[in-house]
Amino acid sequence: MGGYKKKKPYASLIIMGIVSTALYVALLLNQDIINNTFGKGGMYAFFPIITAFVFSYFHGAFTGSFWTVMGVEAKKKKEVK
Amino acid sequence: MQDVVSQVSNFIDLNWVNMTYLFLVGFVGGLVSGFIGSGGAFVLTPGMMSLGVPGLVAVASNMCHKFPKALVGSLKRAKYGQVDVKLGIVLGISAEAGVLYGAHIQENIKKAFGDAGSNLYVSVAFVVILAVVGGFVLMDAWKTYKSGTTDAEEKVTKLAKWVQSINIPGTMVYFKSLNARISVLFTIPLGFATGMLAATIAVGGFIGVPAMIYVLGAPSLMASATELVIAFVMGLGGSFKYAMSGLVDIRLAMIILAGSLFGIQLGAIGTTYVKPFMIKMVMGVIMVTVLFSRALMVPVYMSQLGLISEIGDTVVKALKSTSFAIMIFALALGAFIVLKAMWQGRREEKLAAQEAVSHGKI
Repeated sequence: MGGYKKKKPYASLIIMGIVSTALYVALLLNQDIINNTFGKGGMYAFFPIITAFVFSYFHGAFTGSFWTVMGVEAKKKKEVK
Repeated sequence: MQDVVSQVSNFIDLNWVNMTYLFLVGFVGGLVSGFIGSGGAFVLTPGMMSLGVPGLVAVASNMCHKFPKALVGSLKRAKYGQVDVKLGIVLGISAEAGVLYGAHIQENIKKAFGDAGSNLYVSVAFVVILAVVGGFVLMDAWKTYKSGTTDAEEKVTKLAKWVQSINIPGTMVYFKSLNARISVLFTIPLGFATGMLAATIAVGGFIGVPAMIYVLGAPSLMASATELVIAFVMGLGGSFKYAMSGLVDIRLAMIILAGSLFGIQLGAIGTTYVKPFMIKMVMGVIMVTVLFSRALMVPVYMSQLGLISEIGDTVVKALKSTSFAIMIFALALGAFIVLKAMWQGRREEKLAAQEAVSHGKI
């Protein structure tokens, strides 16, 4: 189990970090168009929902790798009932 | 619908200051919800309103950050084997119904008694529920701490044993977190209550988590992890409903999400280092602190409704800011306990590892 060190997810951190940053930059640079479109209501409701899923996928992976690279990981051999 | 859409045109301007503020509150809220399954929302909604975001847009945007956050958190905690997906979905669906009903009640109260009436209803619900449930949770955690049995396996309450013993044919479902079959006739009202509370005070988990622990008999760690599944199901449905009226400000939701995903990962990791009673402790402490925050506002709304004599503007202002400050304090206190418990857990683990090495065990 323990005894050896797993390789840290640097590649995931960098790739997901770049994608996540790009998503945020795109969102903030186009905020007027985005708000006008997303705020229309009705079936446009799918836009914010899909956006939330996309951001959570990339940013979620980035933040996960971030803590692993920082050395903050779950306790090993945790007994779970 | 038209007036709703035109109201949305006043999406606020974002600058670095308010973005940093949302990011930080998101982070702390995420940290706490990664740990106890919910939380943060009670600070985020008023927090956004203080930036000038209209009330409904604040509620909608908060919800739209909640479901992706809960998704990431529940996936993380599922890795640690803490999530009961089936229980989460069963409770989540009935919670959805509770949200719709709770929102309906809110609308009727608003129509009949105006904003002050609706605010009074929310505050009284806050105070009563947090006093009863929060007080109970905190006392239970405190008793465990005092008795020195923090390492012992959590006992299933008498109520939960009774619930698990009832057999109603055709309604029985097996749940792995309970390691028992229980009737969905018990889970439906619990989910419904969770949803109603979520619609009223934005934090359904204050009912959902204690209900899973004390009424159904789930271990604290699994209850708080499963709450994230409920929050996801509830938040997804709720966000879509609000988005159909064009009320979601996706920028606000995603900026809060940026911070809260850092937080929720950390909070989820934290649960692997602490003893189960710590979940109850953090939850109880937050609930009881928030209770005071809302209680301060009750006289303000009562005076607005003419139920008691009028309170001066300066007093109202002072009460409002004190109330908000206490809420932020509650969240910060929760986060502090989580970080401290995690830090201690990590240190103990490191010490144990060093000891093992020095004894030549590894």
